[in-house]
Amino acid sequence: MPLDWAYVAVFALVGAGMAALPLGLVWLLAPRSHYPQKRVAYESGIIPFGEAWSQFHVRYYLFGLAFLLFDIEVIYIYPWAVVLRELGAFAFVEMLIFLGVLGVGLAYAWKKGALEWV
Amino acid sequence: MTAVVVEALLKSAVLLFVLLTATAYEVLLERKLLGRFQVRYGPNRVGPWGLLQPLADGIKLLTKEDFAPAGADRVVYVAAPVLLMTVALFVYAVIPFGPEVELFGRRVTLYLADVNTALLLVLGASSLGVYGLILGGWSSNSKYSLLGGLRSSAQVISYELSLALAVLAVVLEAGSLSLVRIVQAQEQGWFVLRQPVAFLVFFLSALAETNRAPFDLPEAEQELVAGYQTEYGGFKFVMFYIAEYLAMITQGALAATLFLGGWHGPLLPPVVWFVLKVLLFVVVLIWIRATVPRVRYDQLMGLGWKVLIPVALLNLLVSAVLLL
Repeated sequence: MPLDWAYVAVFALVGAGMAALPLGLVWLLAPRSHYPQKRVAYESGIIPFGEAWSQFHVRYYLFGLAFLLFDIEVIYIYPWAVVLRELGAFAFVEMLIFLGVLGVGLAYAWKKGALEWV
Repeated sequence: MTAVVVEALLKSAVLLFVLLTATAYEVLLERKLLGRFQVRYGPNRVGPWGLLQPLADGIKLLTKEDFAPAGADRVVYVAAPVLLMTVALFVYAVIPFGPEVELFGRRVTLYLADVNTALLLVLGASSLGVYGLILGGWSSNSKYSLLGGLRSSAQVISYELSLALAVLAVVLEAGSLSLVRIVQAQEQGWFVLRQPVAFLVFFLSALAETNRAPFDLPEAEQELVAGYQTEYGGFKFVMFYIAEYLAMITQGALAATLFLGGWHGPLLPPVVWFVLKVLLFVVVLIWIRATVPRVRYDQLMGLGWKVLIPVALLNLLVSAVLLL
């Protein structure tokens, strides 16, 4: 098993190298010609106005928070799923309580309208 | 020790070559199939049946000017596609293509590594992909990019939950997080037969995770130009593209591994079965793109949070009861 992790590490490094390599190639091969008009951001053909980094709606933040909570809870369920066969009914009841709390949380968010995209 | 490193490097190189070639030809396959669906030919000028088209595109885009829009955050602007492509490739370290085979008189496994937390690695890597989208969209200093990046990240994180919950049912059945073990556990019967609901949730989530039609809102051309990729050109654009199409193959490989019995199948060699299953998945994704119109954003979020997550949770409970 430790050997397998070494393989994973080697592949991650080679993969990152493979992702970075083309940028070097482009630096060698690609032509360069800069003038200010070319670097203007695209805005349907007009000169961009206002700030691009503008405020955005709070709903993204709400969904981000909900995601964070649920994702952490899902990670907790993974080890349980692996060993459920060995632990049997006791682990099942415990997870039932955990999922119950999770379900109540989802129902609350639903009722409060946090899941509505307005 | 040296032998191990050499073998690891060699395997990694072969795997990368296969993956990148497969991605290039997947793009051609999509263009060809979409052409046929729309009663035209698709690319057919470069090489026989257009087979050299990906190569020509690659070389063309490699010789395009490397540039960043004015006011962009340069470091993040360059790092985003590199990050996205790296994590898209990383997943394949643990995906099993086939069992052990005899090659040049040595026993070689057709997977790079069999680790006991493989599934968590896969899910973690796909979560990291979100950073590529949001950073790419944010750093471009363009309104379309920012909106596209926000939309894609909101969509991807929402459907990641239902994906993870659907996969949990498979973990319950197999009792392991190792993908090799999960495939071995399906020797008697594929998990799609035991877990049809989980497969359906997984399939819909996979569609949304890969930003494919009918959930392709992040790059809804009519409203957002090209979403988070708007300001990208040349090879950095290609890297986004590779990551996106690689993600399609990844979801296909996951579907095959988790639900469709991995390399198991009669008559043909195991690897061929695996490739066939992945290919079938990819073709279905392309077919859906040619057939189904895009959904609205509130419908998308509603489906993810109010249908798929509760269904996946219920399915998990029912599977646990049946298992005990």
